[in-house]
Amino acid sequence: MQRFINNPDDLVDETVAGFVKAHRDLVHLDAANPRVVVSNAAPKAGRVGIVTGGGSGHEPAFIGYAGRNMVDAVAVGELFSSPTAKSFADAIKAANGGAGVAVLYGNYAGDNMNVKMAARMVAKDGIEVATVVANDDVCSAPQDERAKRRGVAGEIFMWKIGGAKAATGAPLAEVQAAAQKAIDACRSVGVGLGPCTLPGVGHPNFQIEPGTMEVGIGHHGEPGTRIEALKTASEVADDMLKIVMDDHALPAGTELAVLVSGLGATPVNELYVIFDRIETGLTAMGMTVHKALVGNYFTSLEMVGATLTVMALDAELKALLDVETASAAL
Amino acid sequence: MTQLDAQQVVFLFRVIARRLADARVELGALDGAIGDADHGTAMADGFAMVVQSGAEAAARGTAAGDLFAVAARAFLNAVGATSGPLYASAFMRAGQRFAGQTTIAAEELPAIIGDFAEGIADRGKARPGDKTMMDVWAPAARAASLAAEGPLARLDRAVVAAEGGRDATRAMAASVGRAARLAERSLGHVDPGAASAAIIIAALRDGLAPHLSGGHN
Repeated sequence: MQRFINNPDDLVDETVAGFVKAHRDLVHLDAANPRVVVSNAAPKAGRVGIVTGGGSGHEPAFIGYAGRNMVDAVAVGELFSSPTAKSFADAIKAANGGAGVAVLYGNYAGDNMNVKMAARMVAKDGIEVATVVANDDVCSAPQDERAKRRGVAGEIFMWKIGGAKAATGAPLAEVQAAAQKAIDACRSVGVGLGPCTLPGVGHPNFQIEPGTMEVGIGHHGEPGTRIEALKTASEVADDMLKIVMDDHALPAGTELAVLVSGLGATPVNELYVIFDRIETGLTAMGMTVHKALVGNYFTSLEMVGATLTVMALDAELKALLDVETASAAL
Repeated sequence: MTQLDAQQVVFLFRVIARRLADARVELGALDGAIGDADHGTAMADGFAMVVQSGAEAAARGTAAGDLFAVAARAFLNAVGATSGPLYASAFMRAGQRFAGQTTIAAEELPAIIGDFAEGIADRGKARPGDKTMMDVWAPAARAASLAAEGPLARLDRAVVAAEGGRDATRAMAASVGRAARLAERSLGHVDPGAASAAIIIAALRDGLAPHLSGGHN
């Protein structure tokens, strides 16, 4: 493994330690739980708190989105593994300003169970918890089973909208509704060109043969819908756009937010090549790109590949998306 | 009838913890084939915390029957993923059976296999055939509940049923949990959660046997 690792068992702790040092102007570690990263702006009295959490290895997700007008506290799990219920509970407590806490997370079995148990643990402290579960990954389940779809990079828009809504002082139910609306407006797809290796395993736990690509791949290497010969950037971009837009059914003239994220080992310049083609395709469909994010926003260790997320905006989502934020990643 | 006090219940936890620690690498390798390779670490660390918290609680005078609730909390605080809440729920369910008892009759303890199965099933909603730890807990619980036999014979049957359930997961495609995302790729691999469940049941049998072997039936 050509990797910067001391001991694989220490990787998560060392990542978090470096992160809170590098971004001490934005975040700090929870005093009671070293697996909880808290925004320096949290908690705010009378305001809804925003919490997320998930496995490590997706940096800058999830910790990179802790900050002002964004996520208030993040529960940190082992690599590709849900945080403990206690870490979610401690994150909820850290984010609690007395107006309830919205936990906005991905649709994975461990996260679902641990968030549920955490909500029960903090109920004893009188903290009201609302949840929104992201399900933006189009290829993870068919259209009629959307509830089964997993959450991927669209979560970033969900946090952004939820955080901005909370900043307005809106009550918990409205913050929850805005975050739900945001993720409902998101569709994502991933294309993998090369696998990733968990340091504790030492070899990739799935393969993508050289010269091929996996369309619809998940954030942990979950298999896609197709394995086929690697095509040109433009052909791949067209394919990704078609998958996302076919699932979306948007009227011409819709304003969009577009996110192209690398999966870890794809050069950033290639992400711009993909975005160039995607914006061209969207324009041809009569869509307008109001905001674009291109870079490594939600990765999967050193997986080679990219994800595309398209969010349809209405007036409310557009206004909330434009609210100024301060976090390490956005 | 042999009664186990708090120290002896902790010792029972310790037998399980030691077996899981021994299997840490092997479970990690199984998990690496279809998951994130941390199952061995999670289970070993989780049960190590169960032993540590249990020993501290026993030293403070906590009743034997209340150690299961202590174990549930310890496991939940130490382990994330799905195994954290699942085994915490298992311990909680067993704790309801023995709550408040200063000692536990050895022949009552095989019943925790059924309690674990119920707690895990309620929390995880997986069913036998889904390629999860339930493919071990469900048949083991059934075997352990056969009233016609003595406790040690029931434990022996549970161990056999657990091993059969574990091996059966090799031919299944996962349909829930993380491995479900790898459905077809999971074919041909033993489920790591099923493997650790079989280790726990075998350790429980071996830990209880000295208290039961001279016993009834």
